[in-house]
Amino acid sequence: MFTLNLGPQHPATHGVLRVKMTMDGEYIRRAEPVPGYIHRMHEKMGENRTWAQYLPNTSRVDYLSAMHYTHAYVGVVERALGLKPPPRAEYIRVITSELNRISSHLVWLGAFLLDLGGFTPLLYAFDDREKILDLLEGITGARLTYCYYRFGGLCNDVDDTFVRGAQEFVAYMRPRLSMYQTLVTDNIILQKRLVGIGLITSEQCRKYGATGPVIRGSGVAYDVRRVEPYSVYPELDFDIPVFPEGDSMARYRVRMEEMAQSLRIIEQALARLPDGPVMAANVPRVLKLPAGDYCYAVEAARGRFMVRIVSDGGEVPYRVKLRTPSFSNLSLFEETSRGLLLPDAIALLGSLDLVIPDVDR
Amino acid sequence: MTLPLPDLAAEFAACLHTAVPPAASPPENPSANGARTGAGAAPANSGAIREVEFSAKGFHLDVTVGIDGVVSAAEFLDRKGFALDAITGVDWIGEQEMEVVYDFFHPAAPWRVVARTRIPRATPVVSSIAKVFPGANWHEREAHDFFGIVFSGHPQLEPLLLPEDATYHPLKKDFQP
Repeated sequence: MFTLNLGPQHPATHGVLRVKMTMDGEYIRRAEPVPGYIHRMHEKMGENRTWAQYLPNTSRVDYLSAMHYTHAYVGVVERALGLKPPPRAEYIRVITSELNRISSHLVWLGAFLLDLGGFTPLLYAFDDREKILDLLEGITGARLTYCYYRFGGLCNDVDDTFVRGAQEFVAYMRPRLSMYQTLVTDNIILQKRLVGIGLITSEQCRKYGATGPVIRGSGVAYDVRRVEPYSVYPELDFDIPVFPEGDSMARYRVRMEEMAQSLRIIEQALARLPDGPVMAANVPRVLKLPAGDYCYAVEAARGRFMVRIVSDGGEVPYRVKLRTPSFSNLSLFEETSRGLLLPDAIALLGSLDLVIPDVDR
Repeated sequence: MTLPLPDLAAEFAACLHTAVPPAASPPENPSANGARTGAGAAPANSGAIREVEFSAKGFHLDVTVGIDGVVSAAEFLDRKGFALDAITGVDWIGEQEMEVVYDFFHPAAPWRVVARTRIPRATPVVSSIAKVFPGANWHEREAHDFFGIVFSGHPQLEPLLLPEDATYHPLKKDFQP
């Protein structure tokens, strides 16, 4: 028996996560995650700036999924104010959110396969992701930390270049997904590393509050876009990929299928994109939210992201709580990694798709 | 599978009634020391279950329980198949109270439930629900980090996100860096 420290600086931990492992040879007796190395106290920052000034903070919590995080924050403020963005803004929010979901899953795909010892897929995945980043950079000015959504709409409209680019991307990406299926998913080495390994039950997901591809890889069709519908998702036709096996392969398959579903959503939203303004007309210049507490949840790339705000009627938040999916998804690692071989635990950790700033906030 | 919301509320009320005496004492007047106290924004402990409009608030049931009712509320929601969303605190310094907020979602039904309790700010102690929801372990450690709330019966109430030797609680309203 010996203690093994994985991280905080280790390529397989995707950022600065430390896992304190008690090993019995190659087998894990106990693996305790030790987060907090990049804790920035975003929740305290919320208490010393106005509602609008806090918006850029939310895009820096999970920097791979920034659209979804800003969506939840503008959503909760709009809910408190009773503000409704115009339809064109809602459709553009859905298009950009789903593009962001694909770009986030592509980072996961490359990094996950890198964990498992396959280097080449990373180059392909980042090549595809680059096209999304270019598209989003054109309209938002940022490549990762988007601050594009505003209370009541968007900061600016999309142009024809973006619409055409997004249509071309959908046409480009579909054959790429088929290629990944043939080259990667059906690969026997990948199957041997993932099938039947790193089991997570639906009951464990419920007890730990794990969401996103983790709970959907354990056979539960829980997706915030369905159960707490927001924006114009109810008007669009898409499936929730669910795999019941609960192993690392199931979580892998959920994300791969999700990218295809996101393409479907983008295609429909582009076809239906209405004309009109992208900003509500009645947004007050100085925001004072009615006293009380409000919640708003979205389906981010890693699962359920919920913002809970408390207002005392002032221009500055009284309390901002960020409930992040990576935090809950990582919390079940100690229980589910017990007894695994070390390389299998690395595969399990990678299949959770963690973003450490999202755990630490 | 899906229980209608009024039935859920009624069952919840029946479950809590045996465990929770309705809290009687009204909150004290907020002190006027110039600091932001959030006076008037907070609902007091009343042992009440309210159905609220989801589109306006972001949850369906708003449940206020007494300090002793936290575990039985968690056990009830566990039996009904709810999942733990988050646990956090709100420092109501003006009323010298600490609010502990428990968020729950349901993996198979569209319900969102918020359970909350008030504890004295000077002795912020409440029972841990980590035995009911193991996921509460980390959320309670985080709330202890940020607010100094003590969750009695917690298996490992050590700093999670703050340094291991941290003695401060940054989300308290009187925190001085």
